[in-house]
Amino acid sequence: MSTNAIISLPDQSTARIPKDNFITRENGLLSWLLTGDHKRIAILYLISITFFFFIGGALAGLIRLELLTPQTDLMATDTYNKVFTMHGIIMIFFFLVPSVPATLGNFFIPMMIGAKDLALPKINLLSWYLYMAGGILAVYTMASGGVDTGWTFTTPLSTHYVNTNVLTTGLAVFVAGFSSILTGLNFIVTIHKMRAPGMTWFRLPLFIWAHYAASILMVLATPVVAIAIVLVALERTFGIGVFDPIKGGDPLLFQHLFWFYSHPAVYIMILPGMGVISEVISTFSRKRIFGYTAVAFSSVAIAVFGFFVWAHHMFIMGISNYAVLVFSLLTMLVAVPSAIKIFNWTFTLYKGSITFETPMIYAFGFLGLFTIGGMTGVFLGASGTDIHLTETYFIVAHFHFVMVGGMLMAFLSGIHFWWPKITGRMYPEKISQFAAVVTFIGFNLTFFPQFILGVLGMPRRYASYPPEFQVLNVFSTAGATILGVGYLLPVLYLIWSLKYGAIAGNNPWQATGLEWQTQSPPLTENFAVMPIMDHEAYDYEWLEQQQQAHKESEATHAG
Amino acid sequence: MNHISPTIWQFLVKWLTNFALFPPEASKIAPQMDALLFFMVLVSLIGLTIVVLLIVSFSILYNKKRHPVAVQVEGSTLLEATWTIIPLGLFLVMFVWGALIYFRVYTPPANSMNIYVVGKQWMWKAEHPGGQHEINALHVPTGRAVQLTLISQDVFHSFSVPAFRVKREAIPGRYTTVWFEATVPGTYHLFCTQYCGTNHSQMTGDIVVMTPEDFRKWLASSTSGASLAQNGERLFASLSCAACHNTRPDARGPNLSGVYGAKLPLASGGTVIADDAYLREAILNPSQHVTQGYAPIMPTYQGQISEEGVIALLEYIKNLDSDYRVQQTLNTTDMLPGSEGKAPAAEKAPASKGTVKP
Amino acid sequence: MPDNPVTSQGASGAAKHAGSADNADILHAGHPPYLRHHFNSTEQQADTANFAMWLFLLTEVMFFGGLFTAYLIYRNWYYPAFVAGSHQLNVVWGTTNTFVLILSSFTMAMGVWCAETRRRKGLVLCLTLTFILGLCFLGIKTIEYREKIEMHHVPGFHYSLQSFLDPASNPEVFKEYHDQPLALDMARHTEIYFSLYFLMTGMHALHMIIGIGILAFMIFRARSGAYTAGHVTFVENFGLYWHFVDIVWIYLFALLYLISRHQ
Repeated sequence: MSTNAIISLPDQSTARIPKDNFITRENGLLSWLLTGDHKRIAILYLISITFFFFIGGALAGLIRLELLTPQTDLMATDTYNKVFTMHGIIMIFFFLVPSVPATLGNFFIPMMIGAKDLALPKINLLSWYLYMAGGILAVYTMASGGVDTGWTFTTPLSTHYVNTNVLTTGLAVFVAGFSSILTGLNFIVTIHKMRAPGMTWFRLPLFIWAHYAASILMVLATPVVAIAIVLVALERTFGIGVFDPIKGGDPLLFQHLFWFYSHPAVYIMILPGMGVISEVISTFSRKRIFGYTAVAFSSVAIAVFGFFVWAHHMFIMGISNYAVLVFSLLTMLVAVPSAIKIFNWTFTLYKGSITFETPMIYAFGFLGLFTIGGMTGVFLGASGTDIHLTETYFIVAHFHFVMVGGMLMAFLSGIHFWWPKITGRMYPEKISQFAAVVTFIGFNLTFFPQFILGVLGMPRRYASYPPEFQVLNVFSTAGATILGVGYLLPVLYLIWSLKYGAIAGNNPWQATGLEWQTQSPPLTENFAVMPIMDHEAYDYEWLEQQQQAHKESEATHAG
Repeated sequence: MNHISPTIWQFLVKWLTNFALFPPEASKIAPQMDALLFFMVLVSLIGLTIVVLLIVSFSILYNKKRHPVAVQVEGSTLLEATWTIIPLGLFLVMFVWGALIYFRVYTPPANSMNIYVVGKQWMWKAEHPGGQHEINALHVPTGRAVQLTLISQDVFHSFSVPAFRVKREAIPGRYTTVWFEATVPGTYHLFCTQYCGTNHSQMTGDIVVMTPEDFRKWLASSTSGASLAQNGERLFASLSCAACHNTRPDARGPNLSGVYGAKLPLASGGTVIADDAYLREAILNPSQHVTQGYAPIMPTYQGQISEEGVIALLEYIKNLDSDYRVQQTLNTTDMLPGSEGKAPAAEKAPASKGTVKP
Repeated sequence: MPDNPVTSQGASGAAKHAGSADNADILHAGHPPYLRHHFNSTEQQADTANFAMWLFLLTEVMFFGGLFTAYLIYRNWYYPAFVAGSHQLNVVWGTTNTFVLILSSFTMAMGVWCAETRRRKGLVLCLTLTFILGLCFLGIKTIEYREKIEMHHVPGFHYSLQSFLDPASNPEVFKEYHDQPLALDMARHTEIYFSLYFLMTGMHALHMIIGIGILAFMIFRARSGAYTAGHVTFVENFGLYWHFVDIVWIYLFALLYLISRHQ
C-alpha cells in the first residue's frame, strides 16, 4: 500500500544532489537564524555544540598537561580549579546534554516518525537561542575570571567561600536548563501527536524510544536543578540561610536537590546515545534489533529508576545508613536494563550480515567501553566499595567511560551514520575508520590508567599529587594527545566531504528507517508524500520488496 | 637500549619497580574491601570477555562475505530472562556484600578509642583525648579500634585514607564518624577528597601507624600539658555553665554527670540518646533539646564557641563520672607510660617534634 | 491511498511548499489560515498545543516541588519557628487574596468559554477583569510585603528577631495569638521560614507578573477578534496556566498562612 508513498531509490551510480532541499530552499543568514525547520535548527546546534566541545576539550588538554608532573608547575591551584570547573560545566551542560538529542534527535525524530517538523518549531528555535545565550554567558564567565566551585556547585563552598563568578555561571546553567526542558517537551509532544498513519508505538525505531525516555527526564528533572540554582544565587547574594548551617539551614539539602537532577542527567546524556547504537547496529548487521520490546522498555525502565537513585552520590556524606541501603539497591536495579541492552545489541549480530563501516566501528567501541563504564558504576553503587572508590580518579574514569567512551562514541557513530542523509555526501571511509580506531586507542590509554589511580587512592580535582602516581598520569596525558587527534580528524574530513565527498543518494546504507526513504538532503517538509507505516521497524524484507517493486516499475517505464 | 632515551628508560624502570594495582592494606577492613573489589573485577572481566567474545565471533561468523544474507531472528524470551536474571543476581550479591562492608566501616565498636578531627580550609586538625593536637597528621596505634569523630568548620571536606580503605565526609554543622583498626605500622597518605576550594590539593597529610609501644611514647612526648577534658573544664568554667548545670537541688539545668550515653526524656516528648551529636546540638541550639522537667532558658552558644571548644566541652562532659568515662580512661590512659588509672597526661612535654603543635 | 483524505491533504500541502512560498493566499488555500503547515488538521494542532501545555505545567510542578520539599523539611525541624513566623502573616489579606485569585480563575474560565463560543466583547471583558484581579492580587501582596519590610522580616536585610524574642512588642499579633517568646536559637530559625515565604510567594508573584503581561497582550489581540475566529488554543492554554498559578497559591496559602494558626 505504501509503495507509492515513499520516494523510490534512485540508481546509486547516477545519483545527484537534488536541487530542492532544506539547505537550498532559502538563502541568507537570516533564513537560518529565524528558521522553524527542525533540520536547520539541528545544524545550528551541530555547529554550536562542536564549538563548545572544542572549548571543553582544550580545557581538558590543559588539565592533562598540568597533571603530567606531580607539582603545580603549569598553573596555580586556583587556575587549575577554574579550568576543571569550566571543563565540567561546558562539557556537561553545553555538550553532553544537548549533543545527540539537539542535533541528531532534532533532525531525525520528525523524519523517523514521518512528520514534517517537530510539534513546536518556534519553541525549538527558542531553545537553540536559550542554549546559545547560556553558552555565551558561560564562555564570558570563563573569560572574565572563571569560576572554581566544581560543576557541582557544592554548598556552602559556592555560597559562602569562593569569590569567583558563581552567579553568572549559575545563570548560564539555568538558561541552558530551560533550553533542555523545551527540547524535551517538544520531543514528547512530537512523539505523541505527530506520528504518521500506521506508526504505532511498537513500530517506532528504538532511537525514538530512547529519546522519549530521555525527554521525560529532561522535563521532570531539570526544573529541580533550576530551583536549586536559584536558591544558591539567593543564598550567595542575600544570605537567606536555606543552605547555611549557621542559620539552621542544611547544606545537604542542596546536594539532594542538585543530584535529583544531575543523576537523571547522566541518563539524559546516555539514553539518546543508546538510541543511535540501536539504529547503527541494526543497519550494519541487516537485522531487526534482537528483543525489540526488551530494548524499548529498558529505556523506559532506566528513565523511571533513574529518578530514584540520586542519593548514591552521598553515601559517605552522613545520610542515614538505611537510606544508603535503599539507594544502593535501586542503583543495582538501574544497572540491569543497561546490561539487557548490551546483550540484545550483541545478539543482534547473531546470524546477521555484518559490514564494518565507520559508524559500526564506533558502535563496537561503544559496546566495549560502555560495558566497562557500566560495570564500574556497579562498583560505586555497592555502598561498601563506594567508600573507598568515591571522590577518587575511579569516579573520573567511570563517568568518562560512560560519557566519552559511551556517549561521544555514540555521537560520532551517529554523525557518520547520518552524515550522508544530512549533507547528501559520503564521508571518506578509510580515513574515518582510521580515526575511529585512533579514538578508541587514545580513549583507553587516557582513561584506563585512571581506574588504577582511583583504586590507589588518588583524589579527583587535585592540581598536585604524590609522585608515585606520576607514571599512570603520564600514560593518561599521552593518551589524551592521541584522543585529541582522534577528535580533530573527523572535523577536518567531514568539512572536506561537504564539497568533495561522493554523492550519497537516498539510502546508501540500505537502512529501513523512514528518514532513509526520502531524498538526501531532505526536503524542507521532509517527505514529498506523507509516508504511511505498514511494517515493523527494522524490516529489511520490506525494504527489499520495495526495491524489487521499484526496479520492476522502472523496467516497465523504460520499456 | 640505544634507541630509548635514558630519561624514558629510567622512568619505565621506576614504574615497573613501583607498579601497584592496589594500595597497601593497612587496616582490618582493607582485606575485606579488597575481597569484594576482586570479586567485582572478576565479574566485570568475565562479563566483558563474554561480550567481546560474542562480538568478535559473530563478526567473524556472520560478516557479509561469509554470510551474505541475514536471517531474521525475533528475539528470545529465554535469553532475555537469562541476561536479566543473572546480572540482577550478581548485582544483588554485590549489593548485600557491599552493604555488609558499609555497615562495618561506619559502625564503630563500643570501646573504640575516639579522636576528634576538625577539617577547615585547608588543613586537618586532629585532637586526641589526652590533649595532643596534630595538624595534617594523625598518629594511631596498631591493634586498637580507632574512631574518628569528624566535623568541618567551613565547607565540606572528606577524610580519606586509601591504605585503610576508609573515607568519610567532614560536614559543617554535624558530626560524622568512621573507624578503623590499623594493622601494619608505617606512614600512609591522608587526602581531602571532597573539593574544598583553592588549596584542595594541598589538604593532605600523613597517617602514622605505630606499634602500641611507640604510640605510647609518642603520646607522652607530644602532650600539650592539658588533656582535652581539662580544656573543656576550663571552658565550662569560663562560660559559667556550672551556674545552672550543678548538683544543687535548685539547679536550673540538669546535672551533667553520667549524662553521656544516657537515654534522656525530652520536654517535647520522646527520648534521645545523649551522644556527641545531641550534646553539640544542645549547646548550640538548646531550645529544641530541652530535657524533661527543665525550663527552656539556656542561651545558645552559636557563634561563641569554636568547633574545637565544643569538642573540649563534649570531652569534659563525657568524663563526668559515667560508664563512658570508665571506658574512656581505660582506653586512653593505659596507653600512657606509667599511668595508673586516672590523671591524664600531666607531665610536661619535651621538645615537640614533627607536625605536632603543642 | 490517494483517497485517504489525510494523506492527500499532506501531499497537496507539500506540493504548494515546493513552489514559491510568497503568496499567503495560495499557501493557506483549503485550510484555515492559523493551521501551521506541519500539522495535518486543526484538531491535531489544538491537541498538540494542549498536550504541550500540560507537560509544561508538569515542569512547573517540579519547579515548585523543590521549594515545597525544602519547606516540609524545615517545618519539620523548626516547628516552633514556623508557627511563630506564620503568626506574623496577615490571614485577612491572605484570605482576600485567595478569593481574588479564585474569582480571577472564574473570569478566566468564562473568557475561555467566550472565546470558544466566539463572543468577542465577552472575551475582552473577561480578560480585562482577570487582568484587573491579577493586579489586585499583586497590590495586596505588595501591602503584605511592605509590612514585612517595615518589621525587618526580610532575610538578609537587617533581619530582626524582635517579634519572636519579645512577641509583646508587636501588640496586634500578640493580641491574637499570645505567643510565648522563642529562645534565641529558635528565633533565629524564623529567618528560614521567611526565606521560604519570600521565595515561594515571590516565585508565585513572578508567575503572576508574567501572566498579567501575557493577559495585556491577549486583551490587545482579542479586541481585534484574534481569538474569536475559531482558533482558541492560545486562550485555552493561557487559561490552564492561570488556573495552575491559582492552584499553587491555594497550596501556598494553606502551608504558609493556615496550618500553623493553632498550635
